[in-house]
Order: sequence, then C-alpha cells, then structure tokens
Amino acid sequence: MSKKINLKIDGIPVAVDERTTILQAAKSLNIHIPTLCYHDDLCIAGNCRVCVVEMKGSRTLPASCAMPVSEGMEVMTNTLKVRTARKHIIDLLLSEHNANCTTCYKNGKCELQALAAENKISVASFIDLVPHKNYQMDTYSPSIIKDDSKCIRCQRCVRTCEELQHVSALSVAYKGDKMKVSTFFENPMFEVVCTNCGQCVNRCPTGALVERNYLDEVWAAIYNPDKHVVVQTAPAVRVALGEDLGLESGVIVTGKMVTALKRLGFDSVLDTDFTADLTIMEEGFELLTRLKKALVDKDPSVKLPMATSCSPGWIKFIEHTYPEYLGNLSTCKSPQQMFGALAKTYYAQKRNIDPSKIVSISIMPCTAKKFESDRPEMRSSGYKDVDYVLTTRELAIMIKQAGLDFSALEESHYDSFMGASTGAAVIFGATGGVMEAALRTAYEVVTGREVPFNGLNITPVRGMEGVREATIKIEGTVPEWNFLEGAELKTVVAHGLTNAKKVMDSVRDGKSSYHFMEIMACPGGCIGGGGQPIPTNAEIRKKRTEAIFAEDSGMKIRKSHENPEVIAIYKEFLEKPLGHKSHELLHTHYKERIRH
Amino acid sequence: MSYSNLKRVDLIFDKECNPKEIIKNTWAKSNDQIINELLESGLKGRGGAGFPTALKWKYTAEQPEPDKYIICNADEGEPGTFKDREILFKVPQKVFGGMVVGAKVIGAKEGFIYLRGEYRFLLPELEAQLEIFHASLKDLKIDFRIKIIMGSGAYICGEESALFESMEGHRGEPRNKPPYPTISGFRSKPTVINNVETLVYAFMICMHGARKFKDLGTADSRGSKVFSISGDTPKAGIYELELGMTVEQFVEEFGDGDTKAVQVGGASGFCVPRKKFKETIIGFEGVPTGGSMMLFNSSRSMFNVLHNYLEFFEEESCGQCTPCRVGCQQLILGIEAVKKGERHANYLEHLQKLAQTMKITAKCGLGQSVANSFFSIVENFKEEMIY
Ligand code: SF4
Ligand code: SF4
Ligand code: SF4
Ligand code: SF4
Ligand code: FES
Repeated sequence: MSKKINLKIDGIPVAVDERTTILQAAKSLNIHIPTLCYHDDLCIAGNCRVCVVEMKGSRTLPASCAMPVSEGMEVMTNTLKVRTARKHIIDLLLSEHNANCTTCYKNGKCELQALAAENKISVASFIDLVPHKNYQMDTYSPSIIKDDSKCIRCQRCVRTCEELQHVSALSVAYKGDKMKVSTFFENPMFEVVCTNCGQCVNRCPTGALVERNYLDEVWAAIYNPDKHVVVQTAPAVRVALGEDLGLESGVIVTGKMVTALKRLGFDSVLDTDFTADLTIMEEGFELLTRLKKALVDKDPSVKLPMATSCSPGWIKFIEHTYPEYLGNLSTCKSPQQMFGALAKTYYAQKRNIDPSKIVSISIMPCTAKKFESDRPEMRSSGYKDVDYVLTTRELAIMIKQAGLDFSALEESHYDSFMGASTGAAVIFGATGGVMEAALRTAYEVVTGREVPFNGLNITPVRGMEGVREATIKIEGTVPEWNFLEGAELKTVVAHGLTNAKKVMDSVRDGKSSYHFMEIMACPGGCIGGGGQPIPTNAEIRKKRTEAIFAEDSGMKIRKSHENPEVIAIYKEFLEKPLGHKSHELLHTHYKERIRH
Repeated sequence: MSYSNLKRVDLIFDKECNPKEIIKNTWAKSNDQIINELLESGLKGRGGAGFPTALKWKYTAEQPEPDKYIICNADEGEPGTFKDREILFKVPQKVFGGMVVGAKVIGAKEGFIYLRGEYRFLLPELEAQLEIFHASLKDLKIDFRIKIIMGSGAYICGEESALFESMEGHRGEPRNKPPYPTISGFRSKPTVINNVETLVYAFMICMHGARKFKDLGTADSRGSKVFSISGDTPKAGIYELELGMTVEQFVEEFGDGDTKAVQVGGASGFCVPRKKFKETIIGFEGVPTGGSMMLFNSSRSMFNVLHNYLEFFEEESCGQCTPCRVGCQQLILGIEAVKKGERHANYLEHLQKLAQTMKITAKCGLGQSVANSFFSIVENFKEEMIY
C-alpha cells in the first residue's frame, strides 16, 4: 500500500496516493483543469502553463500537471488570479498562432480552439505576432503536413516521437522567440527519419501536424462516371470509426460503415481482411519455408527471425535504423498493398473491368499507409496499386460531409468477392494479432490440428505489454513437416517503435533466438494507429482492442486458410502460396535509407 | 582606493590563504559542525535567490542515495557582470576548496565546474590549477575530483536544472520543480549546485569562522559580496563590499554626479529611480542582487534601457513555456506600439498585468524575473515610455 496524502482542492478534502499530481487529484474529484501540453500517453512537460492553479503559501501559480501533491496542501483551481493568468496564457498562445480557424483542417477538433471558446476569448488583447514570424509549411510528405504557424510549442509531438517511437525525427530547435519544433537540418519531414506513423499527428492538439488529406481526390473519383471506385477497409477502422461519429469508443460499426461507404457512392465496398487472410497464407508459408531451409537444408543464407512486414511505419523504421536486417523482413506486402495489386488484376479480370478505370481507395487507421501506397515498388498491377489512402478520421469526415446520420444507418455486408473475412484477419488490428493469426494457420498446416489454446485464443501473445514473448511447442506433425517435430517456435510481439528497438537490439546483440517477430509501429497496433480518432490513450486503446477480439470470437470462420475466397483465389488465380503469381503481385523488397 | 561611506572588504581576493591548510582543518570537523558554522554565518546563495547555503548542503546530505554531486555554476551570463571570471582568474583554489568542503558534507566523490562558453580562455589556467589542487587532495588522502565542463553559450543554462540538462547532453531547458536538485539534480542524483561566489564564501567561512562573516552586513543580508559595477560611472569594475548599504550610499561612491537610476541585479533585477535611492537597501531587505550594478545618468533613455533588457530576455528565454516565450515578445512589441502611438498609453497597464502573470506562471526564474525590470522601469519612468 502506498502512502496516502491528504489535501484540499477548492475546499474539498481528498486523499490520494503519493506522487499523484494536482491535476490527477483534481480529476478524482471531477474538477476539470484545462490542459494543453499534457497527454495521458506522454511524460510531463509542464510547458504550456494553461493548467496553473493557486496553491496556498506559494508566490507563484504552479502547473497542476507537473506539481506533485503534498500533505496538507491547499489548492484553488478557480480563483480570479487563476482565471486571469489562464486567460492571459491562452491569449498569448493565440497571439503567436495563425488562428484562421475557419479554413483550418482541425477546425472543430482543436484543443486550442476549444480552450479559447471555453474562456470566451473574443477580443485579441495582444498584438498579433504572426506577421513577425517567418513561418514555413512543410507539405512535401505524402502522409503528414506540418504547419509551424499553427504550432503552440507544447512538444507533445517531440515527446511522442522520442518516447513512444524512439525516432526523434522532431526536436526543439532555437531558443526564445525563435524556438520551434524542427527536423534534422530543418529538412522536410519527407527527407528525415520520420516513419510517417502519425503518432505525433494523433497527439498534436492543434492543426500544426495533420495528415495529408485526400478527400477532394476521393470525392472526384466517386463523382467520375468513368471510374470504378473500389474501397477496402482495414480491420482496425471498424472498432474506432464510431468515436468520430458520436459513438462510444469500442463500439463495432462494421455493418454501418459498409452501408455508409455504399451510400457515399463507392462502387464496391470490400474488406482488407480478405488480404489479411491472404497475408497469413503467404507469410505463414514463408516462415515455414525459412524454417525448413534453416533446419533441414542448413542453408546459412536464410534470415531468421523473420519479421512481419504489414506495418509501413515499422518498415520505414527498419530501413532507416536497422538496414542490415532488411533480409529478415517477410517479403509479403502489407494487406493494403496486396489488396491494391489484386484489385487491378484479379478483381478487374473477374469483374471484367479495365484496370485503368479502377480507382482503388483504402480506409486505414494509419498515416504511414499513405506513404506506403506511394512507394515506387507498389505498382505491380501495372498501375498505382492503391490510389488514395484515407484515415479513419477522413472517412468520418466524408460521412459527415454526406450528411449521413451514422448511428441510424442500417447494417449491411461487404460486397463480394474480396469481401469475405475471418476472425484471424480481424485481429490484425490489434498488437499480437498477426502473430496469433499466423500461428492458427501455421500450426494447423504443420500438425493437422488446431493450435492448442482455448478456443483458438492464443492469449500469451495478447495484452498491452510492450514486448511479449511466447514459445509454442510443435508436436504431432504431419509427415511433410516432421522435421519440425518437437521444435519450439519462439515468437515475440512488439508494438510502438521504442519496443521495436528493444527487440531489434536484443536480436542484434545475439541475446534472443526468436523465429518470428511481429512488430507494429503504433502503440497497441493498428487500433492505436496515427490515423485513428483523437484522442487515443491507453483506456481507449483497451476498448478498441476488446472490440477487436469480441469481433473475432463472434466470427464463424476464424482461421485464414478457411476463408472461402482465399481458397478460391488460390484455385482460380494464384495457384499456391509463394507461387509465381504471388511473387509478382504480393511480395516486395525494401531498401536502406539515411539515418537522420 | 578610498571609500567615503562604504566598507570595502577583502575576504575573497585576499591572497593570504593556504587552501590545503584550510581543507585539512575542515576535515578535522564533523559535517554537523561545518553545517552549523555555515548556518551561523548566515551565508545565502550569491546568485540572487538567496537560499541559505547551509540548508542546501544539509538537505542534500540527508539523501540516502549513495551517488551525489557538487556543481559549481560558473555560467555567469547576466549582462554587466563578470565577477565570476575575476574570482576564477584570481583565486581558483578557493573555489575548488569550497567544492571539496561541500563534497565532504554531502558525500560526493565528483564535482563539476560548468564554465561559461565565453570563458574558454580561462580553461588552460584552470586545468593547471586543478592539477595542483588534486595533488594536494591526494596528499590529504581525500577522494574527490573536479571536472570542468564547458557551457553551451546559452544564458538559460545558468538556471540550475537547465544546466543539468545541458551537462547531460540535452537542450538547455529548465525542468519542472519539484523535485529540487537536492533530491534529483545532475543525472537525477542529489546535487548541490552553488555559484562561484557562494563556494568561495563558504570556504572563507571555513577559514575564518562564522563570526567574521556574520559581523558584516545586516540581519537579512549577512557578509560581503562582489559587485560588478558598470554603466555611467567613473569607477567601473569589480568590488567586494559589505552588504547593507543604501543605493544612495552606493551612488555617492560610484555615480558620476548625474545618476538618475540604478539597475540592481542586472536585467532580471530592479531599477531604482533617484527618488528611492535613500530608502532602498541593497540586499534582501531591499533589492537583492546577484552582483550586477548598472548606473544610468540623465543622458540615458529608460525606454531604450528597458527595450534592451526585453530583447535580451526575448532571445535568451529557452522558449518552452508560454508566459515567457510569448510574453517577452508581447512586452517588446507592446512598448514599441505605445511609443509609436499605435496603442494608447493605457496599454502599458495591460502589459503590466501581463508581466504580473509572467511573474507567477513562468516555469523558471528567467521568465518570472522579466517583470522586475519591466515593472520598476515602467512605473518609475512612465513618461519616457510614452513620449
Ligand atoms: S489549430 Fe486550432 S486554433 Fe489554430 S487555426 Fe486551427 S482550429 Fe483554429
Ligand atoms: S510521424 Fe511518427 S516518426 Fe514521424 S515525426 Fe511523427 S511520431 Fe515521429
Ligand atoms: S506540432 Fe503540435 S504537438 Fe508539436 S509542438 Fe506544435 S502544437 Fe504541439
Ligand atoms: S520561464 Fe522562460 S526560460 Fe524559463 S522555462 Fe519558461 S521559457 Fe524557458
Ligand atoms: S498542461 Fe500543465 S503545463 Fe501544460
């Protein structure tokens, strides 16, 4: 039991644990103190000073987010002194800020705007500093737009990039009035180590960091009668979209989302889950093949552990940071890109549509997917495989733009084909899911039996621990895989690039003997993606994860190799996993990138 | 040099001192004895904030953590001061001596001098002096070493927690407090950080005892202190003077006969106008100072004086916190706008309220102290701000 500290906030006595901050203590009393630089996921900065309070016996007003409680403390959160100071501070922030809210992408979703509204800042009481600044806008990245004129220097992005992602693409440069958030040599985001993961975007309280949006392009495609517009939706979108449309977090909205997409005018509404299942087939066989080459053929060139390759933020991270391990990546494209390649080949053929007339759109929880779809490698259909990537947030915007009453929508099913999915595919959306899905299939291929866990739930790989290890003993193999008899398959799951780094360092230092690693760039995996509704925090990630696993448990088919459309595509088109056609369309290679 | 009404003191620069001897004698005492002696002397930190040195040492000594540090803050950056340079140049052994005594009391094995980037030229001589000092420690069988770390050239790195950040290789940004350095300082270990002058005085108290120090000064401001005197004065330079004089006495001695204001404590200090010279004591009962004294005669525009200070802060603020970063910019543009007639004179009142907010909400002493010069100049020289 930790020690209890007694204090009073606004005259109300409260006892809280040691090391609680005033902000947390106030929260426990349902007293709201405004904040800006504070974020649940990040270390405390205490730099915006919006959260100041009065503390008896103190000359200054401490920042409640950064001030630990102490015995007998008396705090006032709502005095004239506090109110005046708070108003000054918001006023100051606005004076330095290009507050053209009406044309701002964050309009209506901005924490600074909300604070200004709450405090009824109606007259700019200070001099507008914006004309005095040489603000730059960085629009070069396909994923992220950085507009310094909107930045309030809260450093949430800097802390995100450093603490959660260990990338440190963003840092603070200069001092005094010139202080700003910058990149290496002030190069555009596109040219630095940034992984496009969008975690900073997800935490930026203003319009200073936003995703590059492709709303106009997508609407134009929809309205173009010459185009056949195919949309795919990633597994993690369905458990988060509702949050931006007025529903609680963790509500599964698959059916409504499909209806909404149809109403928006997409010609075909399909499911990335289909290619998630396909990924499992390709990746599962790739893993087994590597194991065979290593164990039976004793081929020294085989790279183990094999790492998943469906998270483009992670791919870019390894390209910059551990290029010597690029050979360890599975050569499988991400489900998004597999889908894109098949949309303009298999789908086009079957539906008899000229692939040049197909516009392929994907709805992703991720900003890095925008970058991924732009990679030059991603044109195996002969066209750009995925034309535009929208985030969960952008889809919510489209739904609102179309005037749909989302919660009142009927539920409907994905179109067919490339719309059938399994529970294995759905769990791609949460950390550990790809691993679990792969094990469900690989184990069964090798032994002819289901994985020996309660109802297919491989619980050791689930959870929110940053790095999770699991060992699966393979017993009772079928003849062609009996070289694996008795083998222990060592796996590891990591989410958030800081954890990816831990795993990679342990591999590099020879401290681990994994066979298979699942790595996702974002905390919690795709449910915590950079394109997901804001806010995202531990509690919300938990709810989305629970929803993902609930969706899986409720599915009739829960193993990728049992997806009937997957079976069909191998029969009709791809022949077999890792076959010639698969290689052409579904696999790729990665390249080393600069380290700054 | 003769002083009509000020008492010149020669504790620091007095060459009659054998540091090795003092260290040896001090080692014969218990830590409690040393702390009590310091407490008795009334020595307060010489940086301007005035925290009792003995208590800082005591709190750090009480921490159970085995690794502790003592740091000498030689990042003097206040415009118009250069006393640390003089001390390090003339009596470095006394500075080191203060550090090793502090190290004994708190139980540190390692000390650092964070030397202002601009003072790099002192480095070879300081290193040579350190060698001599380390040799005498070896003779005395004392296990303690001092390293010199060069500052990064940012004013804010003189702020203790920003200094730790800088020493740890990060950007010099002040940390949130608490925790204070006595609990979590350099490398998150308990740390004593004193400025050059404080360490020298601590060492002098070990040499002469508390009495000699305590007998100097006033009840609130004990002892003597080193002043850097500049501006409109025929006697610019470094002086060690007894505390407790009034500004009037000071001006009589150092003014040029036409002094209209004295800035006590540099940019972050207070501007005392002529009409308050008599009643204002230089020290904690009046205007505290880190040692910078700047005299202005009637040829000076106080608008320009304030503008210069504000420009200094605008640039030297680390920029992380809103009140300081944006507040400084607003104060400058604000007084410019009033001067140019673009804003009504009563905008000054709005700015004074802003300065008040900065004083109570800025994260560190830098932003909090901008209000000092702002208030004292705007209040006392309002016409100069407007016309
Ligand atoms: S970032 Fe917020 S306050 Fe700034 S313009 Fe956009 S909506 Fe308005
Ligand atoms: S997108 Fe990710 S890697 Fe890039 S700056 Fe933001 S947090 Fe860092
Ligand atoms: S870009 Fe956004 S998150 Fe980063 S400092 Fe600016 S406002 Fe804060
Ligand atoms: S008050 Fe100024 S120097 Fe201090 S932390 Fe804030 S911005 Fe930095
Ligand atoms: S929220 Fe506390 S200082 Fe920013």
